[in-house]
Amino acid sequence: MTTTELFDPPATGTLALDLRGLRKSFGTVRAVDGLDLAVRPGEVVAFLGPNGAGKTTTIDMLLGLAQPDEGEVRVLGLEPSDAIAAGRVSAVMQSGGLLKDLTVAETVRLTASFFRTSRSAAEVMERAGISEIADRRVGKCSGGQQQRLRFALALLPDPDLIVLDEPTTGMDVEGRRDFWNALRADAARGRTILFATHYLEEADAYADRIVLVSHGRIVADGSAAQVKSLTSGRVVSATVDGAFDEAALRALPGVGDVELRRDRVIVRTTDSDAVARHLLTATTARDLEIAARGLEDAFLALTTDRTDEPATSQTPGSLA
Amino acid sequence: MSTLTATATAPAAATARTFSLTYLAVELRRLLRNRRTVIFTLIMPPVFFLLFGTVDSYKTESVGHANVTAWIMVSMALYGALLATTSGGASVSVERAQGWTRQLRLTPLRPAVYVATKVAVAMVLGLAAVVVTAVVGFPAGASGDTTRIVESLALAWVGSAVFAAFGLFMGYLLPSENVMQILGPVLALLSFAGGLFMPLGDGVFATIAKFVPTYGLAEIVRGPITGGDVSPWAVVNVVAWGAVFVVGAAWRFRKDTARA
Repeated sequence: MTTTELFDPPATGTLALDLRGLRKSFGTVRAVDGLDLAVRPGEVVAFLGPNGAGKTTTIDMLLGLAQPDEGEVRVLGLEPSDAIAAGRVSAVMQSGGLLKDLTVAETVRLTASFFRTSRSAAEVMERAGISEIADRRVGKCSGGQQQRLRFALALLPDPDLIVLDEPTTGMDVEGRRDFWNALRADAARGRTILFATHYLEEADAYADRIVLVSHGRIVADGSAAQVKSLTSGRVVSATVDGAFDEAALRALPGVGDVELRRDRVIVRTTDSDAVARHLLTATTARDLEIAARGLEDAFLALTTDRTDEPATSQTPGSLA
Repeated sequence: MSTLTATATAPAAATARTFSLTYLAVELRRLLRNRRTVIFTLIMPPVFFLLFGTVDSYKTESVGHANVTAWIMVSMALYGALLATTSGGASVSVERAQGWTRQLRLTPLRPAVYVATKVAVAMVLGLAAVVVTAVVGFPAGASGDTTRIVESLALAWVGSAVFAAFGLFMGYLLPSENVMQILGPVLALLSFAGGLFMPLGDGVFATIAKFVPTYGLAEIVRGPITGGDVSPWAVVNVVAWGAVFVVGAAWRFRKDTARA
């Protein structure tokens, strides 16, 4: 498994989030399998991965809702439960967590009363865009409205870090857009935000750093642009014989990642012409194929389990 | 500089809320909005009393220090209080199912405060059930030594705390969203078996009754108006069942709030 590190080592000072060697299993299933993540104050980080990648389990651990089997969690330099008690971290969970028989405003005022100091109910409702449905029963609100209510609740303690677990699951397009607009407006104030999502577009549009997670581990970590460059380009593949010179291929301009699967070489590159020309003229490669790589495709390539394949020759830092 | 160290060392102790009056107020409002709860705890017991307790002969027949009508009023007040406190405690079930208790863990409110609030609300509803039954009962013919009747009513309220623990225990134990649909009939059955609705006599049912959770409470609550000595069995019954419910609720509560 290759981890692609794109970020500089975090500067000294208190990290917004510091996860080290996190592991958590449920029975025989390893939900989180050695996860390290450092988030600096002010970053907007997308925690991107398919369902079952371990995103929610990681979030549960960093909020103190679950105990890691191994590893350490520090939120703003504190234990998760202390960070929550101090109102310095808050979270928007995927679903549930609301009393259907309360109104929106009652829910906000009630939750505000749990904090020693909090923003006013009116202010957070305004910021989350739910002022006009203040008197509506929670049970009568749409999924998107409920999610903006959860977001309003998360804003109450004016936290340094907000964690959102798949905040737009089940929302329609409009609800999703309204939600992100509210979040984006808030992020502009310098708050640290970590959100889990399995929508690439969301990660791309709203995060300035994307952490790709698969099978409980981080498989890539970089800016949205870097992750996009990772996902742009084409895949050239060809059948080669034993005497194949991999180093020559790697030396070509634009070549990102070279992988050998039995007698098939797979090259991810931004210059497919150069690779094709080289393979067809300088080697005995045959059955050449060139395929475009979408974001989705790259995402799958990065997050699909490769342990069942022969050793690959993927190089760390290949995105640079 | 000293402030810096203070915030760094004890953030939780400094900011965790011990109690929220707002929460109590909101919970009471929710209760009154819940039509089913209001009907079952505040309307049904007085109606049962009017149906079964106001026969003319009951008003003249004495049970010791009050008439039979008062005996039935006190019993119905206890029944109402049991329903109220049980449903108050059992409401944790719905709130767990809705994820509310999980949401609360993302706030400084401590889980123990949540449970304390639930119990407080259950007891307020229990008090309302007792008062409503009394307000209907006295004009409808319950009479006797007023002080003793009021003592019985007060005991009904205080004793119903045992069933707040029962409700909590069941609320944590049963996954159902409609846990009262199970507990309502169960309580009615327990009330019959425990001699809450009619005297038990000396038969086999009287023997069984001694082991039913409502039996001890019924005996103790009616003690002041019957004037008889409360049997040690009744006290043992209440203490034993009370212990079972409290320990059970505490066990499930710990399990629920433990970090997996």
